[in-house]
Amino acid sequence: MNSFKVKLHNVFAKKGKEKTDYITADGQTHALKIAIAGNQNSGKTTLFNALTGAVQYIGNWPGVTIEKKEGKLKSNKDVTVTDLPGIYSLSPYSPEEKVSRNYLIEEDIDAILNIVDSTNLERSLYLTTQLIEIGIPLVVCLNLTDVIKKQGHVIDTQKLSERLGVPVVCISALKGTGLKEAVDTVLAEARKKGANLFHHPDALPTDLYLQEHSGDSLFLTDELNEKVRAIEVYLKTLPIDYLHSHFFAVKLLERDGLTFDRLNLPADIKQKITALIEEIEKKYDDSGDGVVISARYTFIEALKKEVVKEAPKKVSTTEKIDRVLTHKIFALPIFIVVMFAVYYVSVTTVGTIANDFVNEGIFGSDWGLPKVISDGLTAINTADWLQSLIVDGIVAGVGAVLGFLPQMLILFFFLAILEGCGYMSRIAFILDKIFRKFGLSGKSFIPILIGTGCGVPGIMASRTVENDADRRMTIMTTTFIPCSAKLPVIALFAGAIFNNAWWVAVSVYFMGIAVILLSGLLLKKLKPFKSAQAPYITELPSYRFPSVKNVALSIWERISSFVKKAGTIILLATIFVWFTSSFGVEDGKFGMVEDAENSMLAAIGNVIKYLFYPLGFADWRSSVATVTGLIAKENIAGTLAILFNFAEEESGTWGALAASYAPLQAYSFLVFNMLCAPCFAAIGAIRREMKSAKWFWAAIGYQTLTAYFYSFVIYRIGSVFVGGLNGLDIAFTVLAFIALALYIYVIACPPDKLIWKKIDFSKR
Amino acid sequence: MWYDGKQMRLDELKVGQSATVTKVNGEGALRRRVMDLGVTKGVVVTVRKTAPLGDPMELILRGYSLTVRKDDATIVEVEL
Repeated sequence: MNSFKVKLHNVFAKKGKEKTDYITADGQTHALKIAIAGNQNSGKTTLFNALTGAVQYIGNWPGVTIEKKEGKLKSNKDVTVTDLPGIYSLSPYSPEEKVSRNYLIEEDIDAILNIVDSTNLERSLYLTTQLIEIGIPLVVCLNLTDVIKKQGHVIDTQKLSERLGVPVVCISALKGTGLKEAVDTVLAEARKKGANLFHHPDALPTDLYLQEHSGDSLFLTDELNEKVRAIEVYLKTLPIDYLHSHFFAVKLLERDGLTFDRLNLPADIKQKITALIEEIEKKYDDSGDGVVISARYTFIEALKKEVVKEAPKKVSTTEKIDRVLTHKIFALPIFIVVMFAVYYVSVTTVGTIANDFVNEGIFGSDWGLPKVISDGLTAINTADWLQSLIVDGIVAGVGAVLGFLPQMLILFFFLAILEGCGYMSRIAFILDKIFRKFGLSGKSFIPILIGTGCGVPGIMASRTVENDADRRMTIMTTTFIPCSAKLPVIALFAGAIFNNAWWVAVSVYFMGIAVILLSGLLLKKLKPFKSAQAPYITELPSYRFPSVKNVALSIWERISSFVKKAGTIILLATIFVWFTSSFGVEDGKFGMVEDAENSMLAAIGNVIKYLFYPLGFADWRSSVATVTGLIAKENIAGTLAILFNFAEEESGTWGALAASYAPLQAYSFLVFNMLCAPCFAAIGAIRREMKSAKWFWAAIGYQTLTAYFYSFVIYRIGSVFVGGLNGLDIAFTVLAFIALALYIYVIACPPDKLIWKKIDFSKR
Repeated sequence: MWYDGKQMRLDELKVGQSATVTKVNGEGALRRRVMDLGVTKGVVVTVRKTAPLGDPMELILRGYSLTVRKDDATIVEVEL
């Protein structure tokens, strides 16, 4: 509070002068801080990007933004703008909503830009009525007013502003209209904060203070306001921030648990306040929050009648599209076709055509880069080892990864369209019942679909799952879906070993989904995951045509981070793999080796390989590739390219790969690498989201075990059909059948009928 | 009308039916969320459709589209 007083002092000291910030007593500039708040999916991030020039991730489903993001105003670098996760009210429901409330209440912000979706006025203004009560200057930005106009509705913004008591500005965050006016207005309001502080309770006697603030909430009835004022008088005796006392008083009337916890009221005051609440509850035969919420919506209904002239209703485009996409019979087939098309087209068809050109042309050995570079290096008499490093190491390794750029481009294009158009929420809607049968929520599909781009944001998107047990389960299973970094590995094997068969990529993606669903069934049997089903209640956003700019930005962001990764982590890993596979002890002395089998890497790989023997890929190269995959999954392709390039230059990497793997071995290798613990970046994300070492290790352990199990069962049972088993292999095959039977038993049997049900899992 | 409307639960409404909310039961976060999203006493709710497998249901209220699982809709009492 002291810093407020200092600012107050300075505001008055420099009265009359235009300022965009406060000057504190020690001469430091206190830059203005503006927060963007609004409902989920109302366009906050679009506005944030437009105001700050940032390129934050945008999508058309509720809950895209899960963390607050800061940026500087483009037109005035002194001003900080914060983008907050969307909220429907200031009584938060999921963890990311708590972030928003805490920021708005606890941070020293100077003004709020409240973005209001004008196509959804009632529900948006419901939040506005609460934001205004915080006591920080606020400007309402009516977004999507162009859409409203097209529908023929008219909003009287002047009247809306008068009735709410705050400025109202019309904007289109997407088209960038009205932004200057919004910024000017909010800065002007922010500067008024100093004036607000003039009413510091320390400076005013109670009766005068009440006079200043009578009828503070336009949104409540006189009767409720009277109670709020009475609560505020009690609060005034406590050392809390004056600006928020009105807000807290209303929240207490709503019996908001977070507010009771934060204020930690003395017993006598708490008792008096509770008595006030009970009086209201008795009279209205409803809970405190019910009474307040109804009062707010009643106010808004009346307000809407006053300020909106509605055009006659027409069937909206969204409704027409939904008649097909969420149709009783067609919805599920359409969903399957869409998913199939996305992965089939990007990995197998169009992707392959472009990819073959890049891999066999640009990075091919006939006329491509490797030949050009190696001819060039020979011409300038480069040392052998350096030439080997560049051609066999860097060009082969990084090239093998970059070669898959076209396929990624196509996948990212489809993802951008899927995320931008509004279909994501529909997928959750149509799949919820199926997912629920497996102990998951339809909402879990959103993290999974994002995970096909990259596991890190996929894991973070699990925050929109409200209940702890379900969220942990979503974090543990999201990376089973192949991310785009695994795509080079899939495409490499599909091309080299399976002759680009259509089913390889598609089967790997559907296996990902199947493993997620089966994990749901399995984990739900364990005590820590047993919980009441989290409620499913969410809005369906209107379909929007994804803007070319946003699609381009989304593809660019993902592609550039992929290229950056190839140029840094993968480059380093490639050099490491080249070095350790090119040097070793041969003929009794250390140096560059003729035969890679004598290299240091082979020595390491020859030890690790026994771990993978049961899975069928017991050669040192695959074992090493699997380990380097932990750094980044693209490394699997890069490492294999170097190691097989080294071995057999004439038929190229693909030929060498095809010669070394039987199809079943290759598929087993693929399965293990698709399902096992993700890359370090995603492992880090799991650690952050789990917020507990125990849960982190449980997740990594579960993923690795699952990968091992599936790979083992597929290889060993598949071997039966290939034939030629003997000795140890027979033992492993028998073991595989037993493991599979056990797995099916655990999944199919009701949890309390399991033979070992007496085991107490809670002790874990 | 010479008789009071028929009382039922929100999840019992059929596709295409509209009803007025009379009470939101239940407690805790779910009840709060339902009300925050605009399902309050007196609001008119229309069932637009159900998902292909019969659940969740899509509701139209206050000019927007809300999806809710039937299990969670049981806490809302309505009058036809």
